[in-house]
Amino acid sequence: MSTTDNLMEAVDLHKAYGPTPALDGAEFAIRAGEVVAVMGPSGSGKSTLLHCLAGIVRPDSGSVLYRGRDLTAMSDAERSALRRGEFGFVFQFGQLVPELTCVENVALPLRLNGTRRKEAEARASEWLARLEVGELAGKRPGEISGGQGQRVAVARALVTGPRVIFADEPTGALDSLNGERVMRLLTDAARDTDAAVVLVTHETRVAAYSDREVVVRDGKSRDMERVA
Amino acid sequence: MSIGHTLLGLLESGPRHGYDLKRAFDGKFGHDRPLHYGQVYSTMARLLKHGLVEVDGIEPGGGPERKRYAITEAGITDVEKWLAQPEKPEPYLQNTLYTKVVLALLTGRSAAGLLDTQRSEHLRLMRELTERKRHGDLADQLVCDHALFHLEADLRWLELTAARLDLLAAEVAE
Ligand SMILES: Nc1ncnc2c1ncn2[C@@H]1O[C@H](COP(=O)(O)OP(=O)(O)O)[C@@H](O)[C@H]1O
Ligand SMILES: [Mg+2]
Repeated sequence: MSTTDNLMEAVDLHKAYGPTPALDGAEFAIRAGEVVAVMGPSGSGKSTLLHCLAGIVRPDSGSVLYRGRDLTAMSDAERSALRRGEFGFVFQFGQLVPELTCVENVALPLRLNGTRRKEAEARASEWLARLEVGELAGKRPGEISGGQGQRVAVARALVTGPRVIFADEPTGALDSLNGERVMRLLTDAARDTDAAVVLVTHETRVAAYSDREVVVRDGKSRDMERVA
Repeated sequence: MSIGHTLLGLLESGPRHGYDLKRAFDGKFGHDRPLHYGQVYSTMARLLKHGLVEVDGIEPGGGPERKRYAITEAGITDVEKWLAQPEKPEPYLQNTLYTKVVLALLTGRSAAGLLDTQRSEHLRLMRELTERKRHGDLADQLVCDHALFHLEADLRWLELTAARLDLLAAEVAE
């Protein structure tokens, strides 16, 4: 794999919390529009890898290149601008703002980027409809189900037109049927917008929505495409 | 799968010709394995002999596919009995994957590596089935889900085994 093909590439990442390493020489690469599953046992370092790739956590050593720019060399302000502009996030529990309605939640990333309210909420409504939860626009997160909340969270991740979507166990709290639907909607939307997806999951049926998988074990990652 | 019972069941809603039976079977249950005409006629011949179906009419032109079959009372009873009888669960005790894991440990090879390779292979098939679900109807989805859950079970077992490799290694070394 040459560097130029990759939208994002991480080399030799190390990260320790106290004495035990969470990442111990992990590598990762993803191309534009690709869905890559990050698999491995609990505690193996999957979330830490995702956090380093997304610029949420700074690795102790190693580099994370996004379109040729090294995230680890950026200032905090540059990194958060990059996160807001180019990345989208979905976590296991939607992490919606409880005081805001669903449409306000989805519009939030646009508002933070300086989009006017009316325009932001119009685009948010479109994404809610696309995720099949258009009717929830005026409801607050406390009034909707877990499956609905994850769809709202996916809409919020996609509303800014990100180049990379980071999803950490996005279906972890859902039953099979809802989980499948969320995966289907997430990967369809990513395909349509040519966004790459870093999909952390320990469930193989969820990983089956990916194009290929990377396995993390004891803080080391193994790209199964390169092995094959 | 019992082709005889399935064809009988398809006849319960009304008489059908041989070619129509084959088409209905392939559409609903054939998936990757459509019936051969030969299978249909040998099966129908057997069902006729046992009095579970009867010939209801023959279209002009000849050839066995032009026979129209109807289910008999005995046939309906047979379908009823088959549906009421639970299927024997697969015992799954003959397991090549288990053998491979143990042999890898015995010979000092990487059992974790074996697991990763196997997961990759399972995932390849699971991706195909998942893609097929994207485009298929509900029947297709149910059939693919059945396969997907079984493949997932294999992998869960492999993960669990990998997590207990140290214990297993100690035991097989004895
Ligand atoms: N914020 C943290 N503080 C301390 N230890 C952490 C923290 N985050 C992760 N770890 C540790 O790092 C290792 C990897 O964790 P994580 O990346 O969350 O794994 P996974 O997502 O694969 O379950 C674990 O041993 C975990 O306990
Ligand atoms: Mg995690």
